Amino acid sequence: MPNISRDEVAHLAKLARLAVTEEELDVFAGQLDQILDSVAKVSEVAGENVPPTSHAVPLTNVFREDAVRQGLTQQQALAGAPASEEGRFRVPRILGEEQ
Amino acid sequence: MTELIKLTAAELAGKIQAREVSAVEVAQAHLDRIAEVDDHIHAFLHVDTEGALDAARAVDADVAAGKAPKSPLAGVPLALKDVLTTKGIPTTVGSKTLENWIPPYDATVTRKLREAGVVVLGKTNMDEFAMGSSTENSAFGPTHNPWDHARIPGGSGGGSSASIAAFEAAIAIGTDTGGSIRQPGAVTGTVGVKPTYGGVSRYGLVAFSSSLDQAGPCARTVLDAALLHEVIAGYDPMDSTSIDAPVPPVVAAARQGLTGDLKGVRVGVVKEFAGDGYQPGVLRSFEAAVEQLRALGAEVVEVSCPNFTYALPAYYLIAPSECSSNLARFDAMRYGLRVSDDGAHSAEEVMSLTREKGFGPEVKRRIMLGTYALSSGYYDAYYGSAQKVRTLITRDFEAAYEKVDVLVSPTTPTTAFKIGERVDDPMAMYLADLCTIPSNLAGNAAMSVPSGLSHEDGLPVGLQIMAPAMADERLYRVGAAYEVARDAANGGSLVHQAPELGKA
Repeated sequence: MPNISRDEVAHLAKLARLAVTEEELDVFAGQLDQILDSVAKVSEVAGENVPPTSHAVPLTNVFREDAVRQGLTQQQALAGAPASEEGRFRVPRILGEEQ
Repeated sequence: MTELIKLTAAELAGKIQAREVSAVEVAQAHLDRIAEVDDHIHAFLHVDTEGALDAARAVDADVAAGKAPKSPLAGVPLALKDVLTTKGIPTTVGSKTLENWIPPYDATVTRKLREAGVVVLGKTNMDEFAMGSSTENSAFGPTHNPWDHARIPGGSGGGSSASIAAFEAAIAIGTDTGGSIRQPGAVTGTVGVKPTYGGVSRYGLVAFSSSLDQAGPCARTVLDAALLHEVIAGYDPMDSTSIDAPVPPVVAAARQGLTGDLKGVRVGVVKEFAGDGYQPGVLRSFEAAVEQLRALGAEVVEVSCPNFTYALPAYYLIAPSECSSNLARFDAMRYGLRVSDDGAHSAEEVMSLTREKGFGPEVKRRIMLGTYALSSGYYDAYYGSAQKVRTLITRDFEAAYEKVDVLVSPTTPTTAFKIGERVDDPMAMYLADLCTIPSNLAGNAAMSVPSGLSHEDGLPVGLQIMAPAMADERLYRVGAAYEVARDAANGGSLVHQAPELGKA
């Protein structure tokens, strides 16, 4: 039995906001299954008493003075926008037809 | 062809300061070289001719005014990987998603290069979002290895490695998440260094896997890499994982290494990185390199790091997990690509359609793999276990460094493979990073230095040297000593044996 089904891949694509095609689903399902087969071996050595490491460098909160400093201008912030209007980001409607 | 392009960065900087040549002449020689050969190599995605010449003029003005150079690399032409932001100059990350993006700010690495008087020639090709080992995942077509155009230049920083191997730039910047500086260095006969994680600021480095990404130097000599390392490294308050400590003395260490004496240095050969899957020519070159280190006075022992064999699977869970989160920012709303914004589609549909169109197959695979590994029900078995493996690998390193000063292995199991050979087999592609990944997971420093040509195909092989976190200088001492001995025994630097490139 595979690690991951075609339906599960379709679900993942939906979660990840990727409008994948039917052909892609066929290819990705096989490839992700093969990759999961290879990476699953991590559980062989991951004993209960081994602490996890999220970062090589121990992380602590980093603070700075609460001082005003130069940020991007409105024009700079909007310069890369796919669409803008009246000095704001213009976005597509957020509700679907049925809502 | 002018011989200026064959000089090292240190030599070029010296000649510019001595007024033997102007920085503009040096920049122009490299721009001419790019115009001559880059149609064949495709190392560059963008060449900033005017910006480069302006920077060179500023260096010449300083020289004429008798001012001290801004750095030991003032006037040296550099190729910048297209993953670091450049104000006013495109930064695509090899992706359709950012094809037309012009960043409004410089990355800290970019800023430091400019302040050092380094001449940035342009932006180099890379696997999309730095995901890959061949540059074939670039949305803008692959880069070709200067040693054999039918072969890959490594990845993800194949544009950077190819640019220096093709003498289009004297030095380059790469980024290394799982080997993307070192493996391209190995397969092109050049030097590549991944500094200690936190040693070089990630501010303005388009994120792939934030706990692993690290920018570093690419060069044709160990000394040049050290000079560049000192220019770009150092604490940066804009990166919360930046290490607030002095930059390791890498230039001094490289100069010490050049004296060719490694007496008292303890070198550990990683037992696990040999055997099946390793090309015989790579192993033979590696064994000769180890003999050379011994001849230089190093004390060589075999060291076992049993958990290193779990590094690759752990990496291919951790990196995709972090990428699935990081790449969520590409939502088609504030910058980057947007498609199907026709009034009929909702924001969510536009987002999904844009990401489908903007991301290539490898990026999609990793986003989905990461989404899976982080899902409830699978988290403990996959992502959680991978984080535990990370602890075990760090412990293996710690145990090893109690016995030795540096560890060595081949940089990658094979020489440059053919373009197209592994594109349909992700796992085969991933194996290229087998030996480089442990240093990313543990966050320590590692270098690839050319160790000669493989006997069966005549292609470059790399020796990997690994050192503890913030002991980057050890790489440079050992690397420089090895380089000078290898070059002396082989009649010169390996990269100069690459075939002459024809005119475009």
